[in-house]
Order: sequence, then C-alpha cells, then structure tokens
Amino acid sequence: MSVGVRSKSPTERILAVEALIVFAFLYAPILVLVAFSFNENDNVGIWTRPSFKWYGEMFQNDAVMGALRNSLIVAAISTVVATVLGTATAVALERHRFVGKRTFDGLTYLPVIIPDVTMAVMMLLFFAAAFRMINGLGIFHFQFGLGTISLSHIAFSISFVAIVVRARLGQLDPSLEEAAADLYASRWMAFRKVTLPLIAPAVVGGALLALTVSLDDVVVTSFVAGPGATTLPVYVFGLVRRGVTPLINAVSVLMLGASMVLVLVSLVFQRDRGARTRSDAGGA
Amino acid sequence: MANAVELSGVSKHFGDIIAVDDLRLDIGDGEFFSLLGPSGCGKTTTLRMIAGFEYPTSGSLRIHGVEMGLLPPNKRPVNTVFQSYALFPHMTVEENVAFGLLMQKVDKGVIGERVTRALSQVQLAHRAEAKPTQLSGGQRQRIALARALVNEPEVLLLDEPLGALDLKLRQSMQIELKELQSRVGITFVYVTHDQQEALTMSDRIGVMNDGKLLQVDDPQTLYEHPTSRFVADFIGEINLLTATVVDATMIQFADGQRAQAKTGGTAGDEVTIAIRPERLGLHALEEEAPTGRNTIEGTVTRRIYHGDVWFYDVHTAAGNLEVKEENRPSVRRFDEGERVKASWNPLASTVVVD
Amino acid sequence: MTTDLRPPESDPEITAVTPELERDAEKADARRGLLIAAPAALFLILFFAVPLVIVFVYSFATRSSTGLTLLEGWNLESYRRLFDPLVGEIALRSVMLALATTVICLVLSYPLAYYMATRSATVRNIMLVLVMIPFWSNFLVRTYAWRVLLGTEGPLSQLSQALGGEPIRVLFTNTAVLIGLVYGFLPFMVLPLYAALERMDWSLVEAGRDLYATGWTAFRKITFPLSLPGVIAGSILVFIPTLGAYVTPAILGGAKTTLLGDYIVSQFLAARNQPFGSALSFAVLAVMLVATIVYFRTGAKNL
Repeated sequence: MSVGVRSKSPTERILAVEALIVFAFLYAPILVLVAFSFNENDNVGIWTRPSFKWYGEMFQNDAVMGALRNSLIVAAISTVVATVLGTATAVALERHRFVGKRTFDGLTYLPVIIPDVTMAVMMLLFFAAAFRMINGLGIFHFQFGLGTISLSHIAFSISFVAIVVRARLGQLDPSLEEAAADLYASRWMAFRKVTLPLIAPAVVGGALLALTVSLDDVVVTSFVAGPGATTLPVYVFGLVRRGVTPLINAVSVLMLGASMVLVLVSLVFQRDRGARTRSDAGGA
Repeated sequence: MANAVELSGVSKHFGDIIAVDDLRLDIGDGEFFSLLGPSGCGKTTTLRMIAGFEYPTSGSLRIHGVEMGLLPPNKRPVNTVFQSYALFPHMTVEENVAFGLLMQKVDKGVIGERVTRALSQVQLAHRAEAKPTQLSGGQRQRIALARALVNEPEVLLLDEPLGALDLKLRQSMQIELKELQSRVGITFVYVTHDQQEALTMSDRIGVMNDGKLLQVDDPQTLYEHPTSRFVADFIGEINLLTATVVDATMIQFADGQRAQAKTGGTAGDEVTIAIRPERLGLHALEEEAPTGRNTIEGTVTRRIYHGDVWFYDVHTAAGNLEVKEENRPSVRRFDEGERVKASWNPLASTVVVD
Repeated sequence: MTTDLRPPESDPEITAVTPELERDAEKADARRGLLIAAPAALFLILFFAVPLVIVFVYSFATRSSTGLTLLEGWNLESYRRLFDPLVGEIALRSVMLALATTVICLVLSYPLAYYMATRSATVRNIMLVLVMIPFWSNFLVRTYAWRVLLGTEGPLSQLSQALGGEPIRVLFTNTAVLIGLVYGFLPFMVLPLYAALERMDWSLVEAGRDLYATGWTAFRKITFPLSLPGVIAGSILVFIPTLGAYVTPAILGGAKTTLLGDYIVSQFLAARNQPFGSALSFAVLAVMLVATIVYFRTGAKNL
C-alpha cells in the first residue's frame, strides 16, 4: 500500500517526530547497556574506561557457562520438538475434520493466553505429583532438571508454532495440493514436495518464536528446575535480585547479541525464499 | 471403444444442498465436451467428481469402462487444468511439467525428453528455467496445459481455464485449444459459463442448471433447437412467445393470428415457442411476407444501433420480440412507433418446455 | 499409456458409490487427521491439560499446619480467601497497572504504526526490522537495562544532575515497574497495529475525504474503526502478560507494593500455601480467559 507523495503537513511532521522518539525509547536502554558492559569500573552506573574485563570474567565463570549450556540444550530440544508437533497440529487442524477437533483447537490456544505464573504452578504441581507416583514404584527415579524444563517449554511452545504455521497454511491456495494429487502424488509426497516448501517460512518463523520463548523464560523454568540445572535467564535473574554487578552487563549483552544474530539469520532466510514464494495463488 | 466417461445416476449432496442431481451422461472417446451453465449449477462439482476431488453421494462414475468408486485423485487416469492454474510457485516451469512424471516414477532420462516435447507443443520450451511468477497469464495457462498433457491422461479436465485472460487472448487460446485437442486426440471435458466459448470449441455441450443436466447436443442443435426455456434463454438471445395449440402443425397467438409450428401437443394446450432474433425479419405492414413464413404484427418500441446490426424491440400480442437486422442498405430500417410485421421460417422456431 | 498407476481393470471390489460409502470415505479422512494430530494432542493433554486439572484440584485442597497440602474433600477455603480485602487490593493494583500499561502502549504505538504503514515499501520494511529487533531480544535483559538506567547513580540520574536537577529516585517504585512493562511490551502492541493498518484499504479513507471529511474525522470514522482488530489483538497481547507479570516487578519494583505475580509465587515459596496459590493461579487464568473472549466478541461486533 502506498499513499503516494504526501506534503509535509504538520500532522506528518508530528508523526515523524513521535516515531523517532519511540525508536529512541526502544533502543536507548539497549545501547546504554552495551556501553556499560565495556565499562572498567566496578560500579555499574559510573563510567570510567573501556575494557573487556567483564567479558573475560564471564567466559571463565563456571556458573554462567553452565547455565548458558543448559539454556542452549533446553532451547534446542524444545524448539525442535515444538516445531514438529506444532506443524503437525497446524496441518491437522487446517486440512482435516475429525471428532474432537474443536476441543483440540481450543486447547491449542490456551498456552498462549495462560499467564506464566499459572503455567509455572501447573507444571510444578504436576511433576511433583507424577514423581511421587512413579518414584514410589521403585523402578525409576525421576527428578526435576533439564528434562522437566524441556517438557514445560515444549508445552507452551507448540501453540506458537501451530498458530504461525496455520496462518500460512490458510493462505495457501488449496488447489496447489489438489494439483499435486491430480499429478499422482501420494498425500505424503504432496506434503513433502508442495506444501512443506511453501509453508517453510512460517515453520522457520514458528521455530524462531519457540526458540525465543524458551530462551526468554524465567518463571516456569525457575519452578521446574532442579539443583544444578539452572538456565541463563534464571541465573541472571537470581543475580539481579541480589544486586547489580557489571558481570551481568556482559552476560546481558551476550544474550542480546545472540538474539540479534537470530533475527538477522531469519531475515536473510526469509529474503532468500521470499523471491521464490511470492505471489502464491498458484502462480496465477 | 468404451465411452471415455460415463456418469450414471451421479448425485452429490452437501448436507441439505443438492449440488448435482441424478446426472446421466456419456462422453465419447476423443470428444471435446463442454459442461455449460451459470455459477452454482453443479458443473464444477461434476468435474471435481470425475477428477476425484469430491466423491459422489451416490451413482456410478466410469472412465473407459472402469468404475472409479472411491479411488483417490492420484490413482485416476485423468489430469486437471485448474482455473487458477495451480502452478507450483517454488518450482521452475520444467519442474512443474515434470512433476506428474516424477510422481509416477518414470525414468529420469525419459522425463527430460517428454517434458521438452510437451513444452514445445505449447511453444514455451525457451522458458523452461523460468518461475511461474515470471510468466504472463497466457503463458501460465499453457504451462498448466503442458503439465497435464505430458502425462498422457485418458481424459483431460479443464475448469474454466480461460477465465482470467483478456478477450483477444481468450479467443486465440480457444482456437489453439481446439486444434491441440484434435491433434492429441485426448477426450477433453471443459467447464465454462461462457456460452460463446462452449459453442466455439465443443463437439457437444451439456447444459446444466441447479444440479440438473438439461440438454446435451452439438452446438448447432443446442443453439437452434433448445428444448427448455432455460437453455433457450441461456444460450444467445432468444425470443419466447406464448400461444395456444390449434393442431399438430398450427398455433394461435392471443390476437388470433396463427403460425405454423411443430407442436406435438393437443388443441388448447399452452405452449411457448422460441425464435432467435436473427431469424426474424421485419417488414412494413402492407408488404407481403415471403411465402411459407409465419408472421405476426406489432409496433416498434425501440431501436438500438450496434454498428453491424440494428436491434429492434417489437411489441406484439404474444409478447415482446427482439429482432436483429443487418445494417445493410438493402435491409429496410424502421422507426420507433411504426407498425410492422415480423416474419420467420417455421422450421427456425422450437417449442420449448419449462 | 506409460503410467502404471491406472486403476485395476474393472476390479469387482470397486463398486458404484452409495451414501454409506461416502461416509466411509469421510471417516477415513477423519482417521488420518486424528493420526497426524495424535502426538501433539497427547503431549498437550499430558503436559498441559492434566497439569491444569491438577491445579484446579489442588485449589480445593487444605493446607496443613506444617504447610503440607492435604487432598481431602472439597475445601472452599482458598476460594473464600480470594475475596479477602488484601487479595482484592493486590488484584486491583495489578489490574490498574496492566490497564495503564496497555493504554500507554496503545497511545505510543498507534502513531508509530500509522506512520510506518504509510511509508514506502523499503522504509516500511526497515522500520519493521527496527521494531522486530527489540521484540526478539531477551526480555529479561531489556528489563534489566532499566534497572541500570534508573539507578540513583545511574546514567539518567547523572544526566538530570548535570542539568541541574536532583538524582532520580524512581527505582523500586510502581512508576519504575510501569516504565519497565511499557518498554517490554511496546513491540507487542506495535506489530499487530502495524499489521492491521498495513492491510487496510486506504482508498476507503480517500473516499471519505472525497465526501468532505476532514483529516481528523476521516481518521475517527474510517481509519480507526478499520484498524480495530489490530487494536484488540495488541491490547490482549499486552494486557494479559502484564496482569500476571512477575519478572519486571521483581527487578524494578519495590517490596512494599505486591502484585499478583509475586503474590502467587510467594505462596509456593515462603508462604507454603499451595491450595491458595493454586486457587489464585486458576482465578487469574479464568479472568484472562473471560476477558479475552469478551474482548474478542465485542471487537468482532464492531467490524
């Protein structure tokens, strides 16, 4: 949509200024944080000299590195599983009719609406009760740890992937899949060769969302983590509660940097496929 | 050889809605057959049932004598050209055309050869590496055609494939399609709402309305001898006059004038007769109509100039007539308000039923 | 004829279709759908629906004197306690905060989204990326940034002192929490608004102008109503998480002002009152569910 050339009316100017202010508001804190992470001074607010000292300390800090490793493991597991299950959910809901579909549909929207405190409480009570039952049998001994964290993350990530993929599936020209069948493709081949490539951007977008949501999570993780199984955001959260140290700045910037890399990677991916998948209505 | 497509008692219900009602149709081998009708008449649903995208609620559907039953579309020996072309946007033209052969696990070397041949048939071999979005509408249409034909199906189904094209292109594509069909010899089942298109291209046309098949005939018969009011009205312009039957060869209009017509009804029955505007001639009241022709008197209420023809609205006792007269010096012109006589050859009219 | 996928020659098994057969075909399709949905459905049932039920059940449990949870009968004590004035106070504070956040986000985001939607395609995309980056950045970190900024010896304080003013004492107050929440959730409001405005048919606005509407009237009567789906989506995406916010108040807020999130968490830590905590959690969820449905329905009516 383009509104064409507009005169620089007063409204236009005001809007432009407001936009600028909001962008400044959005980025200033991040930039300040980055700046201070290179600050030599122990005292967080006062700037003395640039230095890499805190980054050095961070990489040598076992607790931080351990938490980082855990975050990555959990994020990887939950992203992969949630993406597969979420995509399957989207396909089932968008392309099939079956008993209990509406209930299932409703169920998939709940994790999006639920406040994370409620989710945290839910998962804690569930696992506690489950472990009491299972461990009581004497065969297995389950504990809170990376497993419970991953399972919880998957539980709330599936919906995000499902929503994103489903939106894209809905936009797809249904005659494309019919054409594939008309041309002798089995249902699986039609999905693999036609549907999947065309919904790939949404699948990637959903995966990215699942990844971010997993890396962001604090409350749910802190409730279902076990001893020695903390993730990076939970660890940082704990540190911040106790007091601000410059080390946290460095860790924060690391986490920020990772997010930005993710965004840029996904953008590049979208641009690449954008050229291929634009104008879908069967090329008509 | 067995008929290419046979539909016996095929019905399709969507809940309470009857989309297709007890269809009986035989399409011959190598025929260019069109299903013609307004939107919602069931022609597309019928096509989709032949393709396998919908299953009939009841009835038998055979292709070359083989019952299709609940066979899924990927197991039927038919291919479809979709209204939106449905070209895979993420594949090149070549990959699109090769798709069906790939799915049938045809030998790779053979695929290349057949794809090239199919593309040459539609004069697009030079665009093999392009993506569908880079092609024009007409080109995409031809690729969709090539993609279907390369599989050498027993029947080719076409769902209003020319709808998105502009007039000139549409007309040239109609001719191309017709020639292609005769060359290739495959049975074409063509769905359209454009009666011009159907008349131009088809060997036979099946007119549908409200889920029912009303008349199946070759274009000439359909045009000149519609058997129902709907068909008469749907194809071209038609005049419908009410009259009562006098005997087997004569009818009478409200003002007592009589005309010859093959009625097949009993005296006193009310009938409707249909006459095409171009089969009517206008004469001055005093003039003698040529021998053997029926006449009816009326008044010119309006005339419209159309370049190559004049249209006259003539009000008569039996109803309003639309008359089409050529715009030539030898053909007399009439003014609005003039009393005239309209004449026609008895064989040019048809008695229609509702 | 090269394909070998032709149907078998007049297989006597394949017969004409009857309404029963059509139904069978539909059932086969349903079975396929269920199969595809099964793993995800089972996962969600086991790891989401069941936990939800457990919370519901626990909310009727009894807290023993030692802080243990006893599942005996249906104890309505926890739900009764929901109506305590203290709980009401906390709930009200949380709702007010969430509303304030939502409104401020809306006011800040709408002009921005409008501006973005009315630029050329290139500029639009650049601005979209600029909004996306904070959106994808770690939430905790973005909240923490304000902890640094708002400190009494932090950069903003130094700035105000340099300008001759006082050091700012905003940290650990409700204002700080508000700032943090607005900052955190701003992109959640901008993106749906932008999506709705970008998708709009602007020729409708031009038609309005053509019919003598002034700029402001055209906006009020045409643009804004048409962008309502975006407003609703954005509001839900901001209000819901901020109502149950825990991290932001924990980092930026003070000990004096408790909000729902922290109140619930404390039931499972210090206070050790699981039944009450469960009742609270469930109540908050129920309220959000109702609010979402109501908001959606009224919004849909306005379309």
